[in-house]
Amino acid sequence: MTRLPPQISDWFASKGWTIHPHQQDMLDRASDPATLLIAPTGGGKTMSGFLPTLADLCADPHEGLHTLYISPLKALAADIKRNLRTPVDEIGLPIRIDDRTGDTPASRKKRQRADPPHILLTTPESLALLTSYDDAHRTFAGLKRVVIDEIHALAESKRGDQLMLALARLQALCPDLRRVGLSATVDDPQAIARYMSTAHTPCALVQADPGPPPDIRMLETDDPPPWAGGGAAYSIPAVLEQIKAHKTTLIFHNTRAQAEIFFHNLWLANEDALPIGIHHGSLDRVQRERVEAAMVRGDLRAIVCTGSLDLGIDWGDVDLVIQIGAPKNVKRLVQRIGRANHRYNAPSKALLVPANRFEVLECRAALDAVRAGDLDGDPRGAGPRDVLCQHILIAACSGPFEADALYQQMINAGPYADLDRQEFEDCLEFCATGGYALRAYDQWQRLQQRPDGLWQLRDPRAAQRIRMNLGTIQDRDLLKVRMKHSRGGKPLGEVEEAFAATLTPGDTFLIGGRVVRYEGLREMTVEVSRRADKKPKIAVFSGTKFATSTKLCDRILHLLRQGDWSALPGHTGDWLDLQSRMSKLPERDRLLIETFPHHAREHVCVYGFAGRNAQQTLGLLLTKRMEEEGLRPLGFVATDYATLIWGLDRLTDPAPLFNVDALKDGLEGWLAGNAVMKRTFRDCATIAGLIERNLPSARKSGRQATFSSDILYDTLRKYDPEHLLLQITRAQALGGLVDFGRIEDMLHRIEDRIDLLRLDRISPFAAPLLLEVGKVPIKGEGAEDLMAREALALMQASGLQNLAT
Amino acid sequence: MNDRDLSLNGAVLTALPSGALWWQAQNLLCVSDLHLGKAERHARRGGSPLPPYEIRDTLDRLRSDLDETRAQTVICLGDSFDDLQAAQALPEDARQTILALQSGRRWIWIEGNHDPGPLDIGGEHCWELPLGPLVFRHIAEPDGMGEISGHYHPKVALGSQSRPAFLLDSRRLILPAYGTYTGGLRSTNKVLSGLMGPDAVAILTGKRPHRLPMPR
Repeated sequence: MTRLPPQISDWFASKGWTIHPHQQDMLDRASDPATLLIAPTGGGKTMSGFLPTLADLCADPHEGLHTLYISPLKALAADIKRNLRTPVDEIGLPIRIDDRTGDTPASRKKRQRADPPHILLTTPESLALLTSYDDAHRTFAGLKRVVIDEIHALAESKRGDQLMLALARLQALCPDLRRVGLSATVDDPQAIARYMSTAHTPCALVQADPGPPPDIRMLETDDPPPWAGGGAAYSIPAVLEQIKAHKTTLIFHNTRAQAEIFFHNLWLANEDALPIGIHHGSLDRVQRERVEAAMVRGDLRAIVCTGSLDLGIDWGDVDLVIQIGAPKNVKRLVQRIGRANHRYNAPSKALLVPANRFEVLECRAALDAVRAGDLDGDPRGAGPRDVLCQHILIAACSGPFEADALYQQMINAGPYADLDRQEFEDCLEFCATGGYALRAYDQWQRLQQRPDGLWQLRDPRAAQRIRMNLGTIQDRDLLKVRMKHSRGGKPLGEVEEAFAATLTPGDTFLIGGRVVRYEGLREMTVEVSRRADKKPKIAVFSGTKFATSTKLCDRILHLLRQGDWSALPGHTGDWLDLQSRMSKLPERDRLLIETFPHHAREHVCVYGFAGRNAQQTLGLLLTKRMEEEGLRPLGFVATDYATLIWGLDRLTDPAPLFNVDALKDGLEGWLAGNAVMKRTFRDCATIAGLIERNLPSARKSGRQATFSSDILYDTLRKYDPEHLLLQITRAQALGGLVDFGRIEDMLHRIEDRIDLLRLDRISPFAAPLLLEVGKVPIKGEGAEDLMAREALALMQASGLQNLAT
Repeated sequence: MNDRDLSLNGAVLTALPSGALWWQAQNLLCVSDLHLGKAERHARRGGSPLPPYEIRDTLDRLRSDLDETRAQTVICLGDSFDDLQAAQALPEDARQTILALQSGRRWIWIEGNHDPGPLDIGGEHCWELPLGPLVFRHIAEPDGMGEISGHYHPKVALGSQSRPAFLLDSRRLILPAYGTYTGGLRSTNKVLSGLMGPDAVAILTGKRPHRLPMPR
């Protein structure tokens, strides 16, 4: 057993603390090449990561950078800096600690590169940027340890892939670098261990005591939840009662828009004027920080929030977590529950609030899964190649490189361990020339090979452009929202450009919990005022809509098959009974399809239980097939469980529509114009460095100078369909937003067991779908007809129709 | 007159789906803002290597409009090249394509702000061109009359879609950008709403010539 240096153990003793077993474990493994700690919130996880560093620095003074700490949140880096400073000062260690994020002033950043602190706290993006300078080898000289906090969150995104590539680079600079990963509870710890290990350094696993099981229930309300929607406004009185009965409550929502609506309604019902705040990623940073500070002081009784509070920062005395809306994913639910009660070894308390009738089933299934400790997770495939392209460009910024050495370095990163040489060469070729079938840019290559074989930037000034566009977090086109004022009003937050385009002066919308009135667009800023006299439109935020996991969908189908509704509220049981009398309950190994007339339209409802994204894709593919069959579909809507299609003609034979090969053909053809594909392409092309969002001399009014990434996508599809970026886009869309894999799984499972039920009217299960938002119109001749009708109406209304033109 | 036809200062003109303008009486086709060589210029200035197919795509569409109309005269309304160096660096096959398109017709390059000088590739070259009741120039002038211009790349939203569009009032017509790699400026931008009279209409490019009061 490794003993703590007396200075540190004395400090522990002076506080009356003893070291946790897993902290001792981490200390014992201080010289292991890589260690992953899985510990619940409040388990002194961060201290576990830093103890070996403090012990080492205590024993041996060190020149330069000793430990690098990486967190997914800027705020967390700043918070850890404060929380680490106190013990280091109390122990009396001469250790320099500094943070480096996008918010750090340039002068301090420069100083850090020349004279780094002992402990540097940073984010994956800032680290990537640090490695892009030609003096990186000096900055990182002597680096001994790297601590990756909340690695479970990073490992789910491209940010983690980028980080692992950067670490592979550091490992090449500092061969003795030790890695420590800190993770919340996950379904597959080994997968994360593999993710953060390298070919030569296997990763050991330390599991802390998970603590007592959580106290988790569904919230009971007098009113049953509504049939559809995600607002859960019905639960407001009961939620208020819970807030009153607890010290501090976190109220989690799945989307920012829902958080805004809920906060608005909660505020209207808050007769006792309890201090309640709102926190999400689209709010202005100053506003968020104010809420965070009030929270730390214990001034707030509740915070309505989104995934922006999923991670990190120690939030004082949270004693209740409320999840509004079905959790969609058991693992995330467990992690959120962990936000309540930061005391180790005390059970966390949480309430689930289904937003509608279907979600009652999902919440019930999730509760069972949490009790059974049955977490879900989708295995992640190989690291995406757009991140690889960016990494090649970053490497080029730091100086000339040898292709072979860079490849060897990359396959030393967990997510890229299986990368083959040809894939690497394709990425390198893309970075150098664009990798087009038509040879071009011989004269203007971005990277060129020198006579000595090394690759370098043709134009050294390109390094600045590449650095400015570095990172894997994709901002949608967001516009800032400000109060209208003569000299720049108060910033409130951001809305999507597409949403701003639908506003006309006088329209009102919700942001930061208040209703504001749209006054106009000034340059790239939405100006608003407080005069709100209309019912608000809801701001459309870019937060991801999660699809219900495969595991939860399976559990719901299992619940339906049991036929025992005793664990469910009475209203939900009655609804299920009604469905089984009027139609049939969906079954796991069969596909239930209902058709019925409603409001003079034919409807088809397909209960695929494949999650929102796959059901959405199914809607697109089926309507395309129906159009081909002359069934004249007009539109559809998808939820996590079903797709409802309406049109002019009745479907009588579904079998031909569900042929996997025919659907796949549709996917290939439909790939051409689909917005989901174009969005995925934009993200990939931006990360891979084809699309530059930021330019050194950004022109404010230069909108007509830029053209949309859709044009690049269409051009590539037409002239270079096998281009690398299209391959990357296809692979990512199929696994992500398109989620075709789950459609295939579903079709595979049901084989030809399709039950087509003809009903004389809408079924109890299908009715809620009609109330869902997010209906997708089919853009065919019908859409053109509608546009023509609207244009004509405008011409007539304006009187321009009668003018000779 | 059909849906695509419009009249300006007594001339009857047709707004083609591609964004080109057809003047039947003169057997004349007019296109604006081709921005040929944009990808090359982007790479030359240290930008990323964009797909190098935009010249081919733009010229293919122009060829198909010429095949369709059998125009005797072609006016390129300025910004035909993304810059003069791009015009010089035109790939040989693109140069041949342009020469083939020019053969047997009158071809006029009007100068734009991106290509303000003579070009070393067939055809006439001028700053502006008066023709009958109309005048062709790159950038609209405040007191223009019977004026056909380009430059602004106008775009209009109708329903959920936004498309390049022709803007027309009693004095002038502004053409959408024809080049493949060109973005657009919404008609609601104050430059455009200031330029166009209160009676202005927009005619959308695309399969159907939707016509609506110009959104401001």
